[in-house]
Amino acid sequence: MESSQADINREIEAAAQQPGGPQPKLDYAPYRSSILRHPKQPAHLIDPESVELWAPAFGHRDVADDEADLTIQHAGTPIGERIVVTGRVLDGDGRPVANQLVEVWQANAAGRYRHQRDQHPAPHDPNFTGVGRCITGPDGSYRFQTIKPGPYPWRNHLNAWRPAHIHFSLFGHDFTQRLVTQMYFPGDPLFALDPIYQSITDPKARELLIATYDHDVTTPEWSTGYRWDIVLTGTHRTPLDTDSPEDEEHGA
Amino acid sequence: MSAVPGQTVGPFFHLGLEYPRMNELVPPASPRAVRLHGRVTDGGGDPVPDAVIEIWQADPQGAVLRTPGSLRRDGWTFTGWGRAATDPDGHYQFFTLEPGATEPDRAPFFAVTVFARGLLDRLFTRAYLPDDPDLLANDTLLESVAPDRRATLITRREPDGLVFDIRLQGDGETVFLTYPRLRDSWA
Repeated sequence: MESSQADINREIEAAAQQPGGPQPKLDYAPYRSSILRHPKQPAHLIDPESVELWAPAFGHRDVADDEADLTIQHAGTPIGERIVVTGRVLDGDGRPVANQLVEVWQANAAGRYRHQRDQHPAPHDPNFTGVGRCITGPDGSYRFQTIKPGPYPWRNHLNAWRPAHIHFSLFGHDFTQRLVTQMYFPGDPLFALDPIYQSITDPKARELLIATYDHDVTTPEWSTGYRWDIVLTGTHRTPLDTDSPEDEEHGA
Repeated sequence: MSAVPGQTVGPFFHLGLEYPRMNELVPPASPRAVRLHGRVTDGGGDPVPDAVIEIWQADPQGAVLRTPGSLRRDGWTFTGWGRAATDPDGHYQFFTLEPGATEPDRAPFFAVTVFARGLLDRLFTRAYLPDDPDLLANDTLLESVAPDRRATLITRREPDGLVFDIRLQGDGETVFLTYPRLRDSWA
């Protein structure tokens, strides 16, 4: 029988009583699709070596500047609340992750993805694809112009809805820092009900996924602004092994 | 500083992560091309049709490359990085070159990252070349893994390419890796 939101809430509450770290629990039954897709053996701890001490290099030849603006990819203007999402990508030691790839994807303002598997009967927006890319600046900064995505239903349980979010894909200084995550918006009433968000059982850790409204990012007569800084795990290389932009452009 | 937690790549990642020739580190028709492929399966033995696999590797001479161009492939430059999505049978494939050892007397491997709907955070593993039993027998990682699980980290050389199957759970579960700085961020 299909679970109700009340069933899921009880499971979320029970899981929150178990000690958990700041990362999501991979074995998290309230998110039904995880049941057969999480490893049962503990991860094997090793010291990274060889290519694991380096991340792939991306550069401006990979990404055009206008790919950071999700509102100009079609002939018309997308419907929705125009926003800027900006921040810095830092490693666990606070160093900026410069000249590195950031990829984002999201639903449109009505909560519909431009994807054949999304059957939610909300309208597509012919002027919105929902895909962006950029290369971080020397200070690790990124900036996307987009529209605020809507919440949308999914089939985890009866009447399941995801809080509005933007998917982020990030690279660091070394392979071990690779991260795919989701950015949320402040004050979303669906947080408490969402097993994907609640799979991070440490409240302080999951709040790191919530952007803050920043009036200094808001621009007059144009768009509101959100700030979200993204801290990756620490690099395993010493700071002496620098990633200079010259290296990345010329393949040292 | 506290690391941002991961979240699942979800079911709609094709929208944001797919791009042309993402799995072609070299063109498939290149005489040098090697096919690295396999199936991703779940704890019920069923295919995982919505997984993303990324590989990161040295070139055949063992050089770790710092070369852009993985998103806009020019058909010539080898960048050492690629991405593949699984098909409805859970199958993925790359066209690439075989990695060399980055240091003398070390077993060469592909570094592999796994994402999927239903997988709340990414997984790391390695796919070793199968050819040199002495190097494999002396490898730091393989030595530290239970003997009956080592084979999950080693590709098989088949007529249709190097085969690396990924089992997320259960019998023959792939050995997944964590690293000191990740563990610290989980502590």
